[in-house]
Amino acid sequence: MTSSPMPAPTASQPAVDADHAPKDPGLQPGSLVSGLPKGAPGETMIAIDGISKWYGDFKVLTDCTTKVAKGEVVVVCGPSGSGKSTLIKCVNALEPFQKGQITVAGTKVLDKSTNLPKLRSRVGMVFQHFELFPHLTITDNLTIAQRKVLGRGSEDAKKRGLDLLARVGLGAHAHKYPGQLSGGQQQRVAIARALAMNPVVMLFDEPTSALDPEMVGEVLDVMVELAKEGMTMMVVTHEMGFARKVADRVIFMDRGEIVEDATKDEFFGSPRSERAQTFLSKILQH
Amino acid sequence: MNYNWNWSIFFDQSPEGTGTYADMLLSGLYWTIVTALCAWAIAFTLGSVIGVLRTLPSKTANAIGTTYVEIFRNVPLLVQMFLWYFVLPEMLPRGLGDAVKQMPDAPFYTAVVCLGFFTASRVAEQVRAGIQALPRGQRMAATAMGFTTAQTYRYVLLPNAYRIILPPMTSEFLNNLKNTSVALTIGLLELTGRARSMQEFSFQVFEAFTAATLLYVAINLVVVVCASLLERAVTIPGQR
Ligand SMILES: Nc1ncnc2c1ncn2[C@@H]1O[C@H](COP(=O)(O)OP(=O)(O)OP(=O)(O)O)[C@@H](O)[C@H]1O
Ligand SMILES: [Mg+2]
Repeated sequence: MTSSPMPAPTASQPAVDADHAPKDPGLQPGSLVSGLPKGAPGETMIAIDGISKWYGDFKVLTDCTTKVAKGEVVVVCGPSGSGKSTLIKCVNALEPFQKGQITVAGTKVLDKSTNLPKLRSRVGMVFQHFELFPHLTITDNLTIAQRKVLGRGSEDAKKRGLDLLARVGLGAHAHKYPGQLSGGQQQRVAIARALAMNPVVMLFDEPTSALDPEMVGEVLDVMVELAKEGMTMMVVTHEMGFARKVADRVIFMDRGEIVEDATKDEFFGSPRSERAQTFLSKILQH
Repeated sequence: MNYNWNWSIFFDQSPEGTGTYADMLLSGLYWTIVTALCAWAIAFTLGSVIGVLRTLPSKTANAIGTTYVEIFRNVPLLVQMFLWYFVLPEMLPRGLGDAVKQMPDAPFYTAVVCLGFFTASRVAEQVRAGIQALPRGQRMAATAMGFTTAQTYRYVLLPNAYRIILPPMTSEFLNNLKNTSVALTIGLLELTGRARSMQEFSFQVFEAFTAATLLYVAINLVVVVCASLLERAVTIPGQR
């Protein structure tokens, strides 16, 4: 899955002539993460505390509680419709919830005094369908929120954006539009776009499930690297290979409940609940 | 049919004493264009706001937008023209109402406002449809990056929605242009009104309306050409 051999590290030579630049060399060496808050590892970054959510009469989330520590990678899995997307969208208040509380880096999500745009700007999010802004060039996609939300100058924003773009191996595509890139490339841009905001936490909602199989690896490479660099991550995915490789914990959800919340080894070794066992046996057959 | 064709009528002096019949029609054309452009400025701005209101999560915003659209889209334009011109000044406080009635160019201002508000309801529907046609994830992605609602519309939703609705907006613009002729009923000296005056003065009804028709066709063509140039200019590379 992540076995693609690394090409020679050409990205360290700046300003490669675009015509002779390697077309798509994949992940490049160098750091993806910068400006992570200081603080002891093990400090709680996301605390989800007894949240419940209803759509009208339909209860989507039932009393979900979990914690994600700084630098931890938590994989969320479960059958379709179990509430995985809803749960991680509650973390940056994309979805409101009616009961409980979520605290992200010390800020309460469900609090009238919380500046939600500010909170969200510190939480990176990557979507199944990339959601790059189609009318903006890749460069503008990478810089617009830095400029309009964080108030960075355009030179600084551009430098940060292009730097990350080079890291994800797409330095030669800065002038293009999202529609001119492949799915895997768009998703790597989307990850770079989120990282450009210097988030303290990254959320991923099935980042590879809309991709053709041959493009899954290039995106997972970036995510693995991100995990290694100590990014705090909550990842909804069915890529159990990714979970085995980098997850610290696995959360299994079913019908809106967190059924299992275990370390990776416990989860893959001997899932306690029958529902998780059935799910695992199904998903691992493929 | 016993009709005296006289195509040179356009070079005769009109009895108004302000030039030839051709000058008269061209001044009508001028007012048609000016009225259409001013009304469109109102329609585009107000229509965008109303259209956006209808896509906000707020129930109040929705209700305001829907009420506006239902009222202004469903009352016939002619009736609206009369309401603005004859009824509204009577409803205003005495002094203000009189001032409005005595305003020079009152038919022009009334036509602009009336047509602007009417077309705004149609523009609003296009804008709403355009925004709703965008993938739901676009709004979510913008919000997740920390954009406020206003920024989400300004930088993400509207630029994409306007691109989608450019073709129907072109036909709204053309409708708006043609609807200026309704303002002849409140005395605006626009192209149709001028063609009618010409016919009344000269009895050359066919020449007058042939000329008016050709002028309408000509501006429509200009608009269509401009719209397709605009469409080409804003097309995004890599999109189907
Ligand atoms: N806007 C909505 N209104 C009503 N019900 C909804 C809404 N959004 C989601 N749901 C329901 O909530 C439940 C959880 O949805 P969610 O998208 O969180 O599931 P998921 O675990 O992410 O599933 P998948 O693997 O298919 O993405 C589903 O049953 C879904 O039908
Ligand atoms: Mg989902």
